[in-house]
Amino acid sequence: MTEPILSVQRLNVVFGRQHVLRDVSVDLPAGRTLGLVGESGSGKSTLAKAVVGLVRPASGRILLDGHDVSPKARRRVQMIPQDPYASLNPRMTVGQALAEAVDPRRGSVREHRQRVGELLGMVALDASAADRYPSEFSGGQRQRVAIARALAVKPDLIIADEVTSALDTSVQAEVLNVLRSLRAELSLTMLFISHDLAVVRHVCDRVAVLYRGEIVENTSRERLFARPEHDYTRLLLDSVPDGRPFVADRTDR
Amino acid sequence: MTRPTPRRLWTPTLIAGLAGMAALIVLAVVAPWIWGDRADQLTQQVHRSASGDHWFGTDALGRDVFARTMVATRLTLVTSLGATAVAAAGGIALGAAIWVSGPRVRELGQRLIDVLISYPSVIFALVVVAVLGPGPGTSVAAIGLASCPAFARLTTNLAASIAGRDFVSTARLLGVSPLRLLRRHILPNIAEPLLVLVSVAFTVSLKALSGLSFLGLGAQPPSYDWGRLLSTGLEGLYTNPAPALGPAAAIVLAGLAGGLVGDGLAAAANPAAPRPRGRRAKIESVLTSRAPAPEALVEVGGLSVRRADGTRLVEDVSFQIRPGEIVGLVGESGSGKSLTAMALARLLPEGLEPEAATLRVDDLDLTGAADRARTATEIGIVYQDPSASFNPTLRLGGQLTEALRVHQGVRRGEANRRAIQRLKAARVSLPERRMRQHPHELSGGMRQRAMIASALLTGPRLIIADEPTTALDVTVQAEVLRSLQAANSGEGTAILLISHDVAVISSMCDRVLVMYAGRLVEELPVADLRAGNARHPYTRALLAATPTLHGPVDEPLPAIHGRPPQPAERPSGCAFAPRCPLAREQCREERPVLLKTGPGGAAACHALAWSAETAGSTQ
Repeated sequence: MTEPILSVQRLNVVFGRQHVLRDVSVDLPAGRTLGLVGESGSGKSTLAKAVVGLVRPASGRILLDGHDVSPKARRRVQMIPQDPYASLNPRMTVGQALAEAVDPRRGSVREHRQRVGELLGMVALDASAADRYPSEFSGGQRQRVAIARALAVKPDLIIADEVTSALDTSVQAEVLNVLRSLRAELSLTMLFISHDLAVVRHVCDRVAVLYRGEIVENTSRERLFARPEHDYTRLLLDSVPDGRPFVADRTDR
Repeated sequence: MTRPTPRRLWTPTLIAGLAGMAALIVLAVVAPWIWGDRADQLTQQVHRSASGDHWFGTDALGRDVFARTMVATRLTLVTSLGATAVAAAGGIALGAAIWVSGPRVRELGQRLIDVLISYPSVIFALVVVAVLGPGPGTSVAAIGLASCPAFARLTTNLAASIAGRDFVSTARLLGVSPLRLLRRHILPNIAEPLLVLVSVAFTVSLKALSGLSFLGLGAQPPSYDWGRLLSTGLEGLYTNPAPALGPAAAIVLAGLAGGLVGDGLAAAANPAAPRPRGRRAKIESVLTSRAPAPEALVEVGGLSVRRADGTRLVEDVSFQIRPGEIVGLVGESGSGKSLTAMALARLLPEGLEPEAATLRVDDLDLTGAADRARTATEIGIVYQDPSASFNPTLRLGGQLTEALRVHQGVRRGEANRRAIQRLKAARVSLPERRMRQHPHELSGGMRQRAMIASALLTGPRLIIADEPTTALDVTVQAEVLRSLQAANSGEGTAILLISHDVAVISSMCDRVLVMYAGRLVEELPVADLRAGNARHPYTRALLAATPTLHGPVDEPLPAIHGRPPQPAERPSGCAFAPRCPLAREQCREERPVLLKTGPGGAAACHALAWSAETAGSTQ
C-alpha cells in the first residue's frame, strides 16, 4: 500500500467538557474515497473541520502527505460544503467564483477563461455557465460548481461534507455521478461524509463508522454492506428504509 | 417549500422619493442662475407678507424670501450630502476595519462604538462645533462624524452575519485575503441595508445641519441655507409667517424625499416585507363532474392553490383516502405536495388561495367556512421539524392537551391522563415526567413521537405527516415511522404521509401519489412501486435515480437532467416533457390527463396511449 495522503493519528477533540472525538485514527491512501458515516453528534463534521484546520485538536496528529497540517497547507485540502444555496456568493458569477479559486489574489475571468472552461467541463457544465449567476442554476448544478471550485486548486484531498443532503433525488444522482467520474478520471482522494448509507455505497471504496466520537468499524465497502461486524453498524443498516415493509405484520393486513 | 414571491424594487414609494430627490438636485444646480440676482437684490419693500410678487414675502432688507429659499437649496443640499458622505465613508471604513482586525480589537471596537452610539449625535456635533468654531465646513464635519458610529455598527454586524456563510469560509479556505474578502464577498452582500442607512443619514443630516444653522453655528452671513433663512424668518413669525414657513416647508419636503427613498429601499431589501394579505383561507368551491366516492374517508376533488398574482402552485389535484389507509404523497421540492396537504388541513400560508370542488374528511365538508374546532379534532398534523412545532417556553403537558381542552372541553386532569396514555403508546419513555418538561429537554426523535401522540390525542380520523422524519437520524427515523404505523394499525387512523424519500414511502404506505410541477402525475399501489412497475416516466426516473443498499453500484445512477419548471413558467403541455426521454410533439402541446393503468393505478402520460396503439397495431 502506498503512503497515505491523509493520516489522522489518535486525534482527540474536546469542546468544554464534551469529548467530541476520542482517539480517532484513520488513513486515506491516494486515489481512494473514504466514506465517513454516523449520526448527528457522532463527530463526523468535527473530524472534517479538524482536517481543514477550523478546529484545534486537544491531542493527536493530522498528517497530510507525511507532514503536519499547517495553515500554509490549507489550499491543499478543499472542502465542498453541504448547502449549495449558501456556498456560492449570490453577487458573483460562476466564472468569477472559479477564477477566484484559481488565483485568489487577482483572479479575473478574462485571464483565466480557459481554465474556468476546463473546470466547468470537468463537472459536465457548459462553458457559457461562467457568465451566469448562481440563482440561475438548480441545486445540483450549483453543487457541481462548488465541486469545480474545489478542483480549481488541484488539491491533494477533497472533503465532501453531506454534499447531497440538501438536494432532491433527481439532482442528487447527477452530483454523485460527477464525483464518481472525477474519482476515476483524476484519481481524486476524497473524504466523503454522509448520514446516508445508500449514497455512501455509491461513492466510496472504504467506509468508517463513527459512533459517539469513536470509530467503531473501518472496512471496505463490500465487507461493510455484506458482513457488518459492529452492532451499531448493523443497527444503522437495519434502520435504512429499503422499500420493504417496515413491520413484518403489515404485509398480511 | 414555496419560494418567496419575487421582490419588487420599483414601488410607488421609491419612485416618489427618487423623483423628489432628482427635483432637488436639478433645483440646486439651476436655482442660483435663475433667482441669484433677485435673492440678493435690496429693495424698499421690507417685511412684506406673501403676495403674487413675493410668494414667501420679503425680509428685513427687502429681499425676496422665495428666491432666497430656492438659491439656498444648493448650499443645504451640498452640506447635507457632504455630511452623509463623511458619515458613510468614515463609518463603513471604521466598521470594516473593526471586522477585519483580530478578535480582541474587534471586541474592543464594538464596545467603543456602542458607547459612541449611546451619545445623542447632535450633542456630539455641538461639542465639535464649539471646539472648531462655527461655519459650514465644521458643521458638515461635526454632523458627519457624529453619524459615523451608526454606519460602523451596521457594517460590523452585517459583515459578521455574512462572514458565517459558507461561501465566505470557502473563500478563506482558498486563501483569499481579508481585504479582497471584504470587497468581493462581504460588501456587495450588505450593500442594500447600508443604502437604506445612507438615505436615513441624509434626512438626519439635513435636519441636524438646519438646526445648527438655525442656532447660528452653521452657515455664516453672507452665505445662507434653509436653517439660516428659517432663523431669520422666525423673528416676525406672528406678524408675517410666510418668510419662516417657506424654508420650513422646503426642509420638510426634502426630508420627506430622503425618507421615501429609504422606505422604498428598505421594503425592496427586506425579504420579509409585508406582502399582499390574503383572505383567511375560505376555500372557493368550483364545479366539476367527478363521481363522488362516499365510501372514502377523505375526498379531494379538483384542488388548486393559487398565489395572489394568479400563478397556480397546485393544479386540479384529486384523490381519495379510504379509512385506515396509509397514502404516500411523493415529489420534489416545489412539486406542491405540502401545499396540497396543508390545503386539506386548511393551514395554507397567508396569500395563497385554494379552490376545490370537493374537500371532505368523513362527513366534515372543508370547502366554504368549515367548523374550525371540528377541523382541529378530525385532522391531526405531524410537522417536519419537531423543534419548531412546539413552543419552547411552555411545558409539554399544556401543549399536548391544548386541542383536547380547547376544542373538546375536556377537564385538565382527564386530558393529562389521556395524554400520558398516548405518550406511552407512542413509546415515549417516562411519560409522566415528559409532561412537566420543556420541549428542549427531549431528543429530536422523542419530540417527534410526542408530536405524534399529540396529533392522535383528539382521536382524529386522519393524520397528515409532512416529512415527519426528514430532520432525524436514520435510526431515530425508523422508530418514529414505527410509532406512526402503530397509530395506524392500533386505531385505524388513516395517514397521509408526505415525503421526498421514495424508500420511506414504499416502506410505509399502501398506495402512492406522485406529484410533479403542481400536478398529480401518477397513482399506484405500493406493490407496483416496490416491484418497479411504475408507468409514468417521471416516477420511473425517480426510482432509478434513488441510490439503494442492494442495487448495482458499478455503473452511474441514471440522473434526470434539467429541473422542474418554475410555477409561473409551466408549459401548456406536459410539465415533464423537457426532461422526458420519451417526449414527442404531442407532449409539448397537449396536457395529458390521468388515465387508469390497472387496478388502483392511474398515470398522466401520452406515451401510455402510444404503447397501447403499438400493441394494437402489431396484433
